Amino acid sequence: MEPPGRGHCLRPRRATAGNMTAYFRSLAGRFFHRSETENDLEEELHSHIQLRVEALERSGLARAEAERRARLEFGSPERFKEECREAIAGNFIDVLFQDLRFSSRMLRKSPGFAAVVILTIALGIGATTAIFSVVDATLLRPLPYPKSEQLVSIQDNFPGVGAQDVGLSEPEWQDLQRSGIFEYVSPTWFDENNLTGSSQPTRVRLLIVAPNYFALLGAQPQLGRAFDPQDHSPGFIPEVVISDGLWKRAFGNDPNILSKSVRMDTDLYRIVGVMPAGFDAPGRTAEERNIEVWAATSFYGAPLSDHPARNRRNLPTAIARLKPGVTIAAAQSRLDALVASLQKQFAADYPAQNSWTVRLMPLKERVVGNVRQSLVLLLGAVGLVLLIACVNVANLLLARASVRGREMAIRRALGAAQGRLTRQLLTESLLLSLFGGTAGVAILFLLKDFLLRLVPENLPHLNEISISWSILLFALVASVVSGVLFGLAPALQASRLDLNHALKQEGCSTGSRGRARTRRVLVITEFALSLVLMIAAGLLLRSFWDLLNVQLGFSPQSVMSVRTRLPSPNDPNTDKYGTASQEATFVRELIRRCKMLSGVEEVAIGDTASIPLDESLRDLKLISEGQFLLTVEGHDVQGDHSTVVERSSVSPDYFHLLGIPLMRGRLFNESDYDDTPPVAVINQAMAQTYWPNEDALGKRFKAVKAGSPWITVIGVIANARTQSLAQAEVPQAYLNLYQTGAKRLAILLRGRFHTAAIADEVRQQVQALDPTLPVYGAQTLDETVSASLSQRRFSMELVGLFALTALLLAGLGIYGVISYVVSERTHEIGIRLALGAQRRNILHIVLRHGLGLAIAGAAVGLICALIVSQLMASLLYGVRPTDPLTFAGVALLFIGVAWVACYVPARRAMKVDPMVALRYE
Amino acid sequence: MDYEAELLPGTLDLLILKAVSLGPLHGYGVLLRIGQISGRALLIQQGALYPALFRLVRQGLLKTSWDKSENNRRAKFYELTSKGRKRLREETDGWNRLVAAIASALAAQPQEI
Repeated sequence: MEPPGRGHCLRPRRATAGNMTAYFRSLAGRFFHRSETENDLEEELHSHIQLRVEALERSGLARAEAERRARLEFGSPERFKEECREAIAGNFIDVLFQDLRFSSRMLRKSPGFAAVVILTIALGIGATTAIFSVVDATLLRPLPYPKSEQLVSIQDNFPGVGAQDVGLSEPEWQDLQRSGIFEYVSPTWFDENNLTGSSQPTRVRLLIVAPNYFALLGAQPQLGRAFDPQDHSPGFIPEVVISDGLWKRAFGNDPNILSKSVRMDTDLYRIVGVMPAGFDAPGRTAEERNIEVWAATSFYGAPLSDHPARNRRNLPTAIARLKPGVTIAAAQSRLDALVASLQKQFAADYPAQNSWTVRLMPLKERVVGNVRQSLVLLLGAVGLVLLIACVNVANLLLARASVRGREMAIRRALGAAQGRLTRQLLTESLLLSLFGGTAGVAILFLLKDFLLRLVPENLPHLNEISISWSILLFALVASVVSGVLFGLAPALQASRLDLNHALKQEGCSTGSRGRARTRRVLVITEFALSLVLMIAAGLLLRSFWDLLNVQLGFSPQSVMSVRTRLPSPNDPNTDKYGTASQEATFVRELIRRCKMLSGVEEVAIGDTASIPLDESLRDLKLISEGQFLLTVEGHDVQGDHSTVVERSSVSPDYFHLLGIPLMRGRLFNESDYDDTPPVAVINQAMAQTYWPNEDALGKRFKAVKAGSPWITVIGVIANARTQSLAQAEVPQAYLNLYQTGAKRLAILLRGRFHTAAIADEVRQQVQALDPTLPVYGAQTLDETVSASLSQRRFSMELVGLFALTALLLAGLGIYGVISYVVSERTHEIGIRLALGAQRRNILHIVLRHGLGLAIAGAAVGLICALIVSQLMASLLYGVRPTDPLTFAGVALLFIGVAWVACYVPARRAMKVDPMVALRYE
Repeated sequence: MDYEAELLPGTLDLLILKAVSLGPLHGYGVLLRIGQISGRALLIQQGALYPALFRLVRQGLLKTSWDKSENNRRAKFYELTSKGRKRLREETDGWNRLVAAIASALAAQPQEI
């Protein structure tokens, strides 16, 4: 027998795809021509009842009785109308349109309310979207290279002696290439060079890489070609690839650029390729990302060593592309095995106490790792603002719901389904939040350029921050989620409506008890959330303040630094500055000339590491600058002391110019030459680290590098925060510039001079000595110090801004609730006053109510803040995460704001005229 | 007292289609016609007719036009479309099969098994 399935089920059939367009047209038609259908429906039902009445009359009933019977038989017209509308509408979208139409009508009726809600949400969504766009560009998006998940950064560490990122040697690079783990490995070596040939010599940012570098990244030049990855010729390949920026700046977009050669540090290179605009090298700082010239070498052959030694770690860092299908974890374990076998094979090159390791990490992690925490903090802060905005809007909606209670009750009584009403209210709040979100994104769009200027320069992928589809999608999702979030409370309240109670009440507010409780809970939540934010901001502010007011140990006032750079050509025969004494002659003459400039009182010259708190070149592993590994005479095993110190080379007047006092021994003097034994001035931190309870004077140390000379300590100076504002005691060694020489020179000037003009005057003096030298980077020391705080300032300012917004919203929230309570209790207050209550007592009652909420909120907030502040401990300086002053101060501020917000409505309550209040109902 | 059966769910649509297939009707007329052809055995809440009518119009089984009713009142008339006619045939066949199947099931005797 045929199954009785087909045909007898009387269910509606779906419309086919063919008449979809007609369907949408009718949908649009229905949206706009609603009232006609509505009238027809009305008329049709009415005529049915009339016909029935007439029929009943004909059967002998009286008119009135016939009408009564007809209506009874028909049932609730409102309910059936509603069902008819749904039948007309038929599906989700139609009902949605119906609700949207109704909602927009309701909102047009109360434009003030709608404006406040939309603005609040616009603020929340706009700010959240702004921060998210930064997070998206930096943390979420992959690096802009093909298959970038296979790119890794290689870092060599000596955990045994506490040394990180010590670099690798040429033989080790070859080992990695041959290991079979990587498709390509390229050391990267940041350097600067002097580009000559145009009107003014310029300093360019140079990256020395292996020939496979561009193949490794998967990047193609826009013009010409990249290096040949198979090239393994000795020395530097006489070719360079330049950036789009340099092409525009130095060569005026010359289309024949590929036939040109450039002279860098007196060597001639042919330009073979121009990278496209927007191509950035993967780097942690702006300097490292904005490479202008790429030069390639296989890291052996003149001017480098013909047979590089295994223990000469002159390649600062390396990047690599994993073979397809190899995970980082698998690569790491194979690499660990390789390291173990190499250590066995070349035991002499790998002292056991170093416990040499090679770590792989995703390249992206290296690029963005140091900004992650502050960005996550910002996203958290702005998310809290959005949450607070939602709570505030929920509060406003609840207040409105009490006004609309009767409307809801009547619609219910007339047969509107419960689900329909809830859905209607949710549609309304979604409409509000979408309007708010749109407004927020629109404002963001208008303010984009202004906001981008606030972002610190060292944030990676700055040029990729844009309002993309993913950002718009985020804004949409945020709007919908917040719409549901703040619409839920009023919608649920409405669903618990007690019809009897609501309809019996004459006044316009209904269901007030449950709603009032919800609103109180919301205000407490809002207070707690904004308190958390405010405490976070307070802690950051205190950290920042402490850093600004820290004892520097040197005086940056009226000091200026100007930079220049001596060339280091590949051919030693063309090097005018090949020896320290050749450099010293130049440096001495330059100091003499600069001292004669008007307004200049003191001059000192050092390498760029000697500029206090300068972060522009930090972490770039510049050759012969910055950290170095040392061996101390008489200390065979270093024990638990770190053997890494900061080093810089300076001229004798450096310490006096910066006002760093000498504690013991002597400073450098003019009789320390490169043929006299090398000497060093160290700070107290270094003396205490290596010679605790001993006199450091006369002690000797040397660089770990083979063949380095012993250096004798001749003086100990006081600690100064020249390395980091946050750290008081960084071990630091100063060498004599006249003995060591240096390529990157910082000219430090103290005096009363015009900061803009002095740079040009210094340029004239430098180029009078050597017209091929670039002069750049003029900056006052105050500016340098301020720049070193830029990221902290950015976080602090934004979190502070968000916290203030949150405080404002919380204040508005409590004001709204108390105003509402007062207006609701006007009658009661009138009775109290009529019965002889003092006006002061009324004030106290209202204030106590408001402050009770604030204190409850503050108590919850303080507990949450304790947790949050622990999480941000590493972003703090000088204050403990539980800093009692901040906690108490912020809590008091909150109570103060709450007091003001409650006082205004409380005064209104106090001024209630009992006669008016009693007549009111 | 009349014996009035509650409608089985889903059968109202079928009854409306049948009633309208005998000639164009306005809403009240549909109600009267169903009463007439069912021998007044079925109970229909009058208001419930309209959502069903609107649903059938939306599915394209009925079409409507405004016209004068028998007592010169403006009224909306419902008429079967060709699609509605086809549907009525299908639904009627299906219904008959169902009834036959149920009847035969209910008539089953122990010896037939």
